[in-house]
Amino acid sequence: MSVLATNYLTPTGREEAWRFTPLNRLAGLHDGTSTSVNRKSLTLRGDVRPGVNTTRISRELVASVSESNDAIVTRVQAEAEDVFIVDIAADTHLPEPVSLYRATGGVDGAELSRVRISIGENSTASVIMENSGSAILGEDVEILVGPGAHLTFVTLQEWTNDSVHAARHHAILDRDSTFKSTTVTVGGSLVRLLPTVEFSGPGSFAELSGVYFATAGQHLEHRIHIDHGIAHAKSRVNYKGALSGEGAHTVWIGDVFIRSAAEGTDTYELNRNLLLSDGARADSVPNLEIETGEIIGAGHASTTGRFDDEQLFYLMSRGIPMDEARRLVVRGFFAEIISHIEDEQIQDRLMGRIDSELAKVGH
Amino acid sequence: MSTLEIRGLEVSVNTDKGAIEILKGVDLVIRSGETHAIMGPNGSGKSTLAYSIAGHPKYTVTGGSVTLDGLDVLAMKVDERAKAGLFLAMQYPVEVPGVSVSNFLRTAVTALRGDAPKLRTWVGEVKAAMNALNMDPGFSERSVNEGFSGGEKKRHEIMQLELLKPKIAILDETDSGLDVDALRIVSEGVNRAKVANDLGVLLITHYTRILRYIKPDFVHVFANGHIVEEGGPELADKLEEKGYAEYVSS
Ligand SMILES: Nc1ncnc2c1ncn2[C@@H]1O[C@H](COP(=O)(O)OP(=O)(O)OP(=O)(O)O)[C@@H](O)[C@H]1O
Ligand SMILES: [Mg+2]
Repeated sequence: MSVLATNYLTPTGREEAWRFTPLNRLAGLHDGTSTSVNRKSLTLRGDVRPGVNTTRISRELVASVSESNDAIVTRVQAEAEDVFIVDIAADTHLPEPVSLYRATGGVDGAELSRVRISIGENSTASVIMENSGSAILGEDVEILVGPGAHLTFVTLQEWTNDSVHAARHHAILDRDSTFKSTTVTVGGSLVRLLPTVEFSGPGSFAELSGVYFATAGQHLEHRIHIDHGIAHAKSRVNYKGALSGEGAHTVWIGDVFIRSAAEGTDTYELNRNLLLSDGARADSVPNLEIETGEIIGAGHASTTGRFDDEQLFYLMSRGIPMDEARRLVVRGFFAEIISHIEDEQIQDRLMGRIDSELAKVGH
Repeated sequence: MSTLEIRGLEVSVNTDKGAIEILKGVDLVIRSGETHAIMGPNGSGKSTLAYSIAGHPKYTVTGGSVTLDGLDVLAMKVDERAKAGLFLAMQYPVEVPGVSVSNFLRTAVTALRGDAPKLRTWVGEVKAAMNALNMDPGFSERSVNEGFSGGEKKRHEIMQLELLKPKIAILDETDSGLDVDALRIVSEGVNRAKVANDLGVLLITHYTRILRYIKPDFVHVFANGHIVEEGGPELADKLEEKGYAEYVSS
């Protein structure tokens, strides 16, 4: 057990990056007052497959390859005792996803977890990280996508409602690579995720999608950051959220930077929020900064609204009762993203979870 | 044998600037097996009549009554009206993203019948209904009305009419946006439903062309929020020739 020290990055809540986050609910992850417990909870499900190597390596042997000025991420980088490595060799084509889950948990101490996923040149694979149960978790996941590689990355946050989870998912895309991520956040007292992307070679494509569903008292925050620092890369962001219940709060930040070198950039980001009740609040802040005019396209859209009366009327006019009609509309709202998760069991489980969240709030 | 009875119906639409009176006392009785055509100028209130019967929340009934076999339709929720046997084929069918046609239809028929249909027979029924309307089977897996062409949306409405088997159907400009072949195919669908279920039809249209396929027993001229003249099929021909000038000016 070790106690974290505070440093100059420790947020006060006035910083732009922290102004939406209720710091007092972070269980001390941000200011070092949490006690850390090295649970080594991340576990590979099933057998080891050819071309995939998973190991734990002590932190001195694996330096972080990216920078962060996030207080929790820097602490994880400094304090996590080891790094969970998933290494997918070059020219490997995995028919089944590499599935990781958290085998142990608890809220009696904080786990600081470093993860490194790398996929070699011209390989194709999916990696799924399932987070469930009860935990206080600070996490930094670095994802290295090799030249011409194609990685699908799915993370599920199905935590219990006393859990606290702060994480960065940082992808670095080499030339002509594709990175498709889907982030699902439906559980936790406070979840604050930083899906971030940088490019190290041209011709690559990042597609970040996500869904979140906050019910009473939950704070679910997603801060996307895409750094177009290299020419001819493409990015798409599509996050959808639903909120219901007193004090349900979601935050979606979409920061996209197109630097002067990033000619030929093509980017679009979208966030839609569905408010299912009074007393819930969705903050949605797309932000595009462009330093070159030589781009293919850059755009964003953000909407937050209630049920569409016309849709409900149409469904009900066919005999479908109000609660069922609402369920169909919400499921449909999320289906666009969830239906793209390759694993049908996960799809069904998530849709079931959405149904039960809806049932809880009386729709 | 069913009867939809509309008496002195007055309806206003809720807008930002307050309520605007649209229907000014509509009287109309539709019985099983009968086909009534309503024709009238743009903005006269035809869709308002259709939506009000179906229970759209945008409209407020300020007077009169609507009953189906004596039951107070206006007291029913939207889904209850459908369960009572009413159906509205909409002028502008609504897109519902992420909800597949097959899921939508199965949910609707389950709600209407009170229990889920046997999967095999139901899938067969849907296939047959699509086939009869010349719809590609691929529509089953598409989101409801999303990206459908105007004509495809109308076929989809009539497919629902055939599958959901209402007692009284209101068809709001189902013929608009249909090509000549589609008009015939869709009309045949309506006629099949008439025969199969002794359906009563209220058909709102701007054109006599559809009336060659779906023969009306009565034609009503609608202007300025109420019915201003009634007659047989010959009235439609007169309207086509002379327009609505004599009704609008008065
Ligand atoms: N929200 C609204 N605000 C103001 N006026 C409205 C609103 N909704 C409907 N109306 C008006 O109600 C009137 C009746 O509309 P309705 O759609 O019933 O006409 P219609 O007879 O079906 O016309 P069309 O033949 O063009 O379909 C129109 O004048 C329309 O502009
Ligand atoms: Mg109309």
